[in-house]
Amino acid sequence: MKRLLSHPSLVIGLVATLLFLAIGLLSLVWTPYPIAQIDIPRRFLAPSAAHWLGTDNLGRDMLSLIMAGTWTSFLVAAVAMAIGVGVGVPLGLAAAAWGGPVEWLVLRLTDFVFAFPAVIAAILITTLIGPGAVNAIVAIGIFNIPVFARVARGGALSIATLDFVAAGRLAGLGNMLIAWRHLLPNVMSLIIVQGTIQMSLGILSEAGLSYIGLGTQPPETSLGLMLKDAQSVFLIHPWLTMVPGLCIVLIVIALNIAGDGLRDAIDPRLRQGNPNVLA
Amino acid sequence: MILFTLRRFLGFAATLLVAALVIFWLLDLLPGDPAQFILGINATPDSVARLRVQMGLDVPAPERFVSWVWGMLQGDFGMSYTQRAPVAELIWARLAVTLPLSIFAMVISIVVGLPLGILAARRRGKLLDTAIMVTAQTGVAIPNFWFGMLLTLVFAVGLRWLPPGGFTPWNEDGWASLRGLILPSLALALPQASILARVMRTALVDVTGQDYIRTARAKGLTMGEAVWRHGVRNALLPVLTILGLQFAYLVAGTIIVENVFYLPGLGRLIYTAISERDLILVRGATIILIVTVTATMLLTDIAYALVDPRLRERSTP
Repeated sequence: MKRLLSHPSLVIGLVATLLFLAIGLLSLVWTPYPIAQIDIPRRFLAPSAAHWLGTDNLGRDMLSLIMAGTWTSFLVAAVAMAIGVGVGVPLGLAAAAWGGPVEWLVLRLTDFVFAFPAVIAAILITTLIGPGAVNAIVAIGIFNIPVFARVARGGALSIATLDFVAAGRLAGLGNMLIAWRHLLPNVMSLIIVQGTIQMSLGILSEAGLSYIGLGTQPPETSLGLMLKDAQSVFLIHPWLTMVPGLCIVLIVIALNIAGDGLRDAIDPRLRQGNPNVLA
Repeated sequence: MILFTLRRFLGFAATLLVAALVIFWLLDLLPGDPAQFILGINATPDSVARLRVQMGLDVPAPERFVSWVWGMLQGDFGMSYTQRAPVAELIWARLAVTLPLSIFAMVISIVVGLPLGILAARRRGKLLDTAIMVTAQTGVAIPNFWFGMLLTLVFAVGLRWLPPGGFTPWNEDGWASLRGLILPSLALALPQASILARVMRTALVDVTGQDYIRTARAKGLTMGEAVWRHGVRNALLPVLTILGLQFAYLVAGTIIVENVFYLPGLGRLIYTAISERDLILVRGATIILIVTVTATMLLTDIAYALVDPRLRERSTP
């Protein structure tokens, strides 16, 4: 733990991420104003003591919306990542442990899913079941599956040839147990690093999907949906796009810095070509 | 090489076939009868049945799938229910916006990203390197559509250099169309250029430690010459893979960015098709997107093997 905390970029990124997460969590129990409270006479207010970040085109308090939106963004990205890890990692480990036809099948499957960028998957899902936050989760989740499968397989392949795995096989462990006891713990760090990257990509994708109306729907709110709402008035009231946009940028930078720091901390070898911790 | 290309091409065809099957099956599952939808709820069962026959909906699903794929191979994507025009024609008209936009964005990201990456690698650990990498780190984190909004505020509203949105058809005024695509392509290119700069830097730093660079130095080349003649060429390999993937995601990304600038691209065609339940159109447009993505990956694979002969021999990817 102490070793991990000696990496400044990891600490900065992690603290910033947790800060945003805390703001999002807080919105579940308290926001300055109810997020659905429409108050037309009070719209387009500049930041003031009563409304720290001003009000939007419907007179809703921007700070409250940002808090709730941050939570939606985190939630969507996290569940999508869980889908990717939950399906992708077992697939990747199975490919490494069994090899042969299983590996071939997993590789072809990942190739195939790569042909469906999240936007295309979201279009198909929306056509099927209509728009909603669940679409964004499923679409991003599907896209995460091959990413984690590839990372898990790649990491596991380099371990599968080591002596302790061979010893495990001699002791009579089957492929399932080999994957579970020996491969999984050793690829865990790779998965965690990839997880932070996919979190930040997930937050960006959620914003994009909600912005084009295929993700979160009102009265729920998300950072991307706030940008969509601001779209029609942003030439006159640029402030309404600045706040959610900057919020997305800061969260994503925080996650990326945390991910880079984590990678350096877990595997110092990767750092040699990369002395610049911020990069 | 021929064998390699052939194998890759078969993989490509198989991917497309499965994708077509998935899309067909998904959209076939949809509740609601398109014929009923077109005629409205007051239509008599008779006229609905007649339209179903006319649209070929009475034929069993496997047969419809085969005739759909067969039609597409001949360039016939069917007729749109709502726009009463051939789907191929509608998509083609929209691709005239979407494709140039993706290509411009790609070119900009290469022209900006690669030199910056090379520069950062050459000045590794110096202030310039840090500055470029911090910029790239920020560039990756900025949603392209939000960057598009910022560009509009600065260059269209503030400086009034470029139009804030809309699109003039190519055959009316080519210069105006081009101007309309400048801001959207910049918006799309920013994150891509940032990624390219980072990949290029890492690849070049990796390569610089290799023996052949030392050999080149021993031969009397300066470090700059050695890196330029031997390093950059080798470092381009990983960059090439990323480029292939990026083009695919650029095409998908245009769907989001064209919204900021009110461009009549493929994305807007798809939204209207979804909201009007024009399934034939949704089906055609998604398959075109998937063909673009998969074909780009195929071309990247082949280009990669052309550049690096070692890859041709390997049987498993």
